[in-house]
Amino acid sequence: MSINVLFFARYSEAIGLDSLEMEGDFATVDAVRQALAVDPGFEVLNETSLMCARNQELCGLDEPLQAGDEVAFFPPVTGG
Amino acid sequence: MAIRVQVEAFDPGAEVNAMHAANVGVGAVVSFVGYVRDFNDGRDVSGMFLEHYSGMTEKALTKIAVEAEQRWPLLKLEVLHRIGALEPGEPIVFVAAASAHRQAAFDACAFVMDYLKTRAPFWKKENTPQGPLWVEGRESDQVSAGRWEE
Repeated sequence: MSINVLFFARYSEAIGLDSLEMEGDFATVDAVRQALAVDPGFEVLNETSLMCARNQELCGLDEPLQAGDEVAFFPPVTGG
Repeated sequence: MAIRVQVEAFDPGAEVNAMHAANVGVGAVVSFVGYVRDFNDGRDVSGMFLEHYSGMTEKALTKIAVEAEQRWPLLKLEVLHRIGALEPGEPIVFVAAASAHRQAAFDACAFVMDYLKTRAPFWKKENTPQGPLWVEGRESDQVSAGRWEE
């Protein structure tokens, strides 16, 4: 399956990417996160305050995934 | 409801006036305007940049507004948030709720701001004497949002 992964704000700066495409079997959002976080360049994804979204809706790390989903990882939001 | 995410500046007074124009059933309008400060956490701030998650931002704000309309009898609800480069003193966010009586408008306005602060994908990067710094999320915002949970 193919998953489109997006990063925002401090995370996209730390990782050096706004987005990437991942191929593989990912049951949940956390499976994507763990697959990325083995690379030291993605260590910000280990922060406990990490937020995530699936298809542009906030979700938990245990959110199930389907092929073609858009997954986003970002630090706590600071609008307003 | 009206949801607007824009680079352009806006006039909060004109936005408030528009909340009751052409609707004499509106007895109360409660509005909140957030401004860019020239300091934060003891540092001078000479400006900021607001990043957002285009697409999700609009969805998240709409979801918050729909929930507010389900909870309170509102006649009108507007949420306006700016993105891009901003200078100290500029309005950054505007939320206004119109209802027949004041309590619904007060509560809905506070609810929308509390949820926006914790659920809408915006991130502030401030220009400081130490260089650009991302603003950190605040625990107090989570506490404020938590008061609306059942």
